[in-house]
Amino acid sequence: MAWCRGVDPVRILGTFRGNDQGGWDPADHNFQLYTIVIGAQTLHATGYAMGIAKDGRVGGDDPAKDEAAIVYFGDGATSQGDVNEAFIWSSVFTAPVVFFCQNNQYAISEPLERQTRVPLYQRASGFGFPGVRVDGNDVLATYAVTQDALNKARGGEGPSLIEAYTYRMGAHTTNDDPTKYRIASEVESWKLKDPIARMKSFLIRQQVADNDYFDSVKADADALAAKLRADCLSMPEPAPDSIFDHVYPHGSPELDAQRATFTRYLDSFADAPAGGHR
Amino acid sequence: MTRTMTLGKAINAGLRTAMEDDPKVILMGEDIGRLGGVFRVTDGLQKDFGEDRVIDTPLAESGIIGTAIGLALRGYRPVCEIQFDGFVYPAYDQIVSQLAKMHYRSAGRLTLPVTIRLPFGGGIGAVEHHSESPEAYFAHTAGLKVVACSSPAEANVMIRQAIASDDPVIFLEPKRRYHEKGEVDPEISVEGAFPLHASRVLREGTDCTVVAYGPMVRVAMDAAAAAASESGPSLEVIDLRSLSPLDMDPIFTSVRKTGRMVVVHEAPGTLGLGSELAARVQEECFYSLEAPVLRATGFDTPYPPARVEEHYLPDLDRVLDAVDRCLAH
Repeated sequence: MAWCRGVDPVRILGTFRGNDQGGWDPADHNFQLYTIVIGAQTLHATGYAMGIAKDGRVGGDDPAKDEAAIVYFGDGATSQGDVNEAFIWSSVFTAPVVFFCQNNQYAISEPLERQTRVPLYQRASGFGFPGVRVDGNDVLATYAVTQDALNKARGGEGPSLIEAYTYRMGAHTTNDDPTKYRIASEVESWKLKDPIARMKSFLIRQQVADNDYFDSVKADADALAAKLRADCLSMPEPAPDSIFDHVYPHGSPELDAQRATFTRYLDSFADAPAGGHR
Repeated sequence: MTRTMTLGKAINAGLRTAMEDDPKVILMGEDIGRLGGVFRVTDGLQKDFGEDRVIDTPLAESGIIGTAIGLALRGYRPVCEIQFDGFVYPAYDQIVSQLAKMHYRSAGRLTLPVTIRLPFGGGIGAVEHHSESPEAYFAHTAGLKVVACSSPAEANVMIRQAIASDDPVIFLEPKRRYHEKGEVDPEISVEGAFPLHASRVLREGTDCTVVAYGPMVRVAMDAAAAAASESGPSLEVIDLRSLSPLDMDPIFTSVRKTGRMVVVHEAPGTLGLGSELAARVQEECFYSLEAPVLRATGFDTPYPPARVEEHYLPDLDRVLDAVDRCLAH
């Protein structure tokens, strides 16, 4: 999604490299920063969408001027209070927001059955708006339902929930160990549903793309990957006193004093022998 | 008989003992079952005690604490794992408005023996919300007890004491010390061990008292050793252990001897534990103090990105710098 919104992937990697906590300007890309606390963003999207409605940018005479918000979250997030509150708020205020749940069937180690006894898309009806399940590994179907839901939101019909049914092929993080909680055959069966492979065969069968095209896509991807690796490794070390940047829009005398003390403290090491403390 | 184990394994062994001793002890949390927790602290417990007693919960922290309160009202003794410090806030309302106050509300008729295990602090190179030090929020709330362990031996017995306590206990685990090893006596009884709510002198000294807890105890001890090896000041190190209630007597005794105190914690300085310790020491030891109480703490900023966290976290040099400034008076 960040890619589609034009966010340089290096900016995202910078967050995971520990350089920053979200280095891009959301206004430049209409793409918000990651909240990390599970599901919190659904309320933010709802509030933003309420603002769109207040600004009169839904259901207008010129559909090109109408706006909507879309928010992404996982199957685990649907258990959070925030997500359920977002469903309520968006519904009662007819907010132009699309809830896109990427149901990859695992919240780290916990299978979907630990979060729900009904298909997730059915939850929407209890909150009073439409829900739809789509094959999340079908690129065109996912695009179609997303476009439809966004158009409805822009047209003033309020929120909807999309449950994109998919699978998490790898581990949740480098610390995770999926062999502890799922069997290899399950992973193997999902390999056969790879959305990129499926899209490729579709394009071949439709005779709209040839090998030259796929070769060029692969070359582009390889070049991008090489650039990302290089850019990631060459990220500059953030300045130590950047800790004090951007705590408040207009700064704070107290923090200015703390920064000055910290800088003097760091300077006191200038004459210290390398490798040792003072 | 002592055994060598990591701090994480020591908590695991403590949980196992508590579950063996009391069938009402149940564990609740995200990914604590088959996976054994993201830090593997509950590794193997679901296999041995079953899914009824080691419960993988839905992904909802408010739900974990809220239902733990209900289970406690029904006679169970829940031990909740919150996966990371930064994810405790969705449960904050249940903790401070309900868990902390129900005994008071019921005029003493209800007790809520709920233990909340909270991996806390930074130093592990994590993304945002995974390195927080939220202890002051809880220490500020009457009705909760708050403790922090600093070594495998302490972790093993303190988790058992916390579970045995009739109070709600916030049990802070120094996550960056999970893999550090130490000698543990898993047989030592909860009653016979050093009390849960007591601070402890870990190293005797004469020039300055250094108080720390959780992950910073190791830093304070290293600073004391470094100072001693360079014929520097003689530091007396106290592990606070209990953040609420505070056990001040060993600290008063120490400060009356040394005349100086430095408090070390990762949490931001403003209104952190150091503020309360400084206030109490000046109230009780004013005429023994040779210098103001100083603090070596995190800055009053959000926890920073991982590549600069080493500058945020108090380290040996920051502690010794504070000691030097204290001694310069």
